Amino acid sequence: MAEPLLAVRGLRKHFGGLVATDGVDLEVAEGETLAVIGPNGAGKTTLIGQLSGDLRPDAGTIRFAGADVTALPAFARSHRGLARSFQITSIFREFSTLDNVALAVQAHAGHSFRFWRPARAEAALREPARAVLEQVGLGGRGDVAAGTLAHGEQRQLEIAMALATRPRLLLLDEPVAGMGLDESVRMVQLLRALRGGHTLVLVEHDMDVVFALADRISVMVYGRVIATGSPEAIRANPEVRRAYLGEEVSA
Amino acid sequence: MTSRRRALTMAVALAALAAVPLAAAALNQPFYLDLFRRIMIFAIAAVSLDIILGYGGMVSLGHAAYLGIGAYAVAIPALHGLHSAWLQWPLAMALSGLAALVIGAVSLRTSGVYFIMITLAFAQMLYYVGISIEPWGGDDGMRLPGRSRLGGPLDLGDPHVFYYVVLAILAVLLLAGERVIHARFGTVIRAVKSNEARLQAIGVASFRYKLAVFVLAGAVCGLAGALLANQTEYLTPSYMHWTRSGDIMVMVILGGMGTLAGPVLGAAAFLLLENVLSAWTVHWQAILGPLLVLVVLYARGGLWSLVPGGGARDG
Repeated sequence: MAEPLLAVRGLRKHFGGLVATDGVDLEVAEGETLAVIGPNGAGKTTLIGQLSGDLRPDAGTIRFAGADVTALPAFARSHRGLARSFQITSIFREFSTLDNVALAVQAHAGHSFRFWRPARAEAALREPARAVLEQVGLGGRGDVAAGTLAHGEQRQLEIAMALATRPRLLLLDEPVAGMGLDESVRMVQLLRALRGGHTLVLVEHDMDVVFALADRISVMVYGRVIATGSPEAIRANPEVRRAYLGEEVSA
Repeated sequence: MTSRRRALTMAVALAALAAVPLAAAALNQPFYLDLFRRIMIFAIAAVSLDIILGYGGMVSLGHAAYLGIGAYAVAIPALHGLHSAWLQWPLAMALSGLAALVIGAVSLRTSGVYFIMITLAFAQMLYYVGISIEPWGGDDGMRLPGRSRLGGPLDLGDPHVFYYVVLAILAVLLLAGERVIHARFGTVIRAVKSNEARLQAIGVASFRYKLAVFVLAGAVCGLAGALLANQTEYLTPSYMHWTRSGDIMVMVILGGMGTLAGPVLGAAAFLLLENVLSAWTVHWQAILGPLLVLVVLYARGGLWSLVPGGGARDG
């Protein structure tokens, strides 16, 4: 069997006395969508942070596309084909929506030690950026300051910036967090469209979203993966029901 | 505001500066030539600080270090009979750029208050080095043996020639700054200020760009230092004192951070106020202080944001 696109072994991370990631093993095959679910404080965002390179693990290895990337910083992983969206919207608020995406294109179009030609005049940056904005449904919003976009639109912009780096794997940290119903439905449509051509790792609270998108689900509790399997198997797993789904129902 | 209107405002401002010598002659007040030349020299320093402070979000409180290095790069060769500006000025830029490379390589690994403190500490260190070297004037400083020589008809001993040389350098700096800020490089620098974590997540190794712009700003401020030594015809380590760094920062904030014209306006406002108020009282900064508070509270974009046709940042 071919090596999975992403393979995590024995990943461990603690903050002081708190063990946020406690020996996590994960595999993601090219083209699949893996959802990571778990109650608040289970360590999902910490896991994403380690996968993207924003956090350094204390132990364990992360292999991506056949190479060990455990020691690589975030910008280097981006060039290997890893892209992330942030749970708390992280955009260039003062930049226009199109400028945000064009900068993501620029980051992958050679170095930026270019001092004279206006970046806004570079068709090689603007056109791919426009295409991605169109793809995520922000086609008409390119000239608006990103900070003034509606919350849902900012979440779409997050996805657009990740997509503009032409990733092999997209790490999505709660893409529908804080969204209204309409916005949420649009986002699920967008993510469903992405599923075909991209490998996704999705951290999400909303079970409807998870069951609509995931090929496989991993359940995290207290920093450990307690179960991984198909949506049906996870739904039926008694341990999972006790640890997580049951809480949701009773809550 | 559109870049077209911004360019127009900039052109008007430069034209006004170009007319100062004529006005000074008409009013028979040659002193204003001297004052506005000084303003432009500090404007060059303030613009260089604003490129890292206003655009890049790097709050350096040690920028005057490069002013001093630039001044020493004029004075020390002059002591040894080397007067060519073509030697002294590139040397000023190279040495202050090198100093910025070392200071930046260390301090840019920190952020926030730590960054402010480390840049301040480096500048104070250089200040005390300057104080302790007696052959180069030590604490008292020393007279410049002579102004830099550009050759040909460009004699800096002629106050008008010197004035227009400084104006030309300022104009080139503003034009080049306008290009750089909107090129790929400047876009990355503005993004550092906006959201550095996001910048790294999309694949930009931000440290090398921060260091590069830090060096660039240091080199430009070094050139301002070379001009300042010629302006005062005097070398003193106090060019590097931290209060001088503070003055330059006040010029930037007063005029408008994150704009190119703002620091020029700020330098003019600061030095004109100093000139007018210090005639009344040696405690003129007691008046400047509240004024700065008012600007920060009620005109967040600085004085430049109050100018019709000025205003908006180069976002």
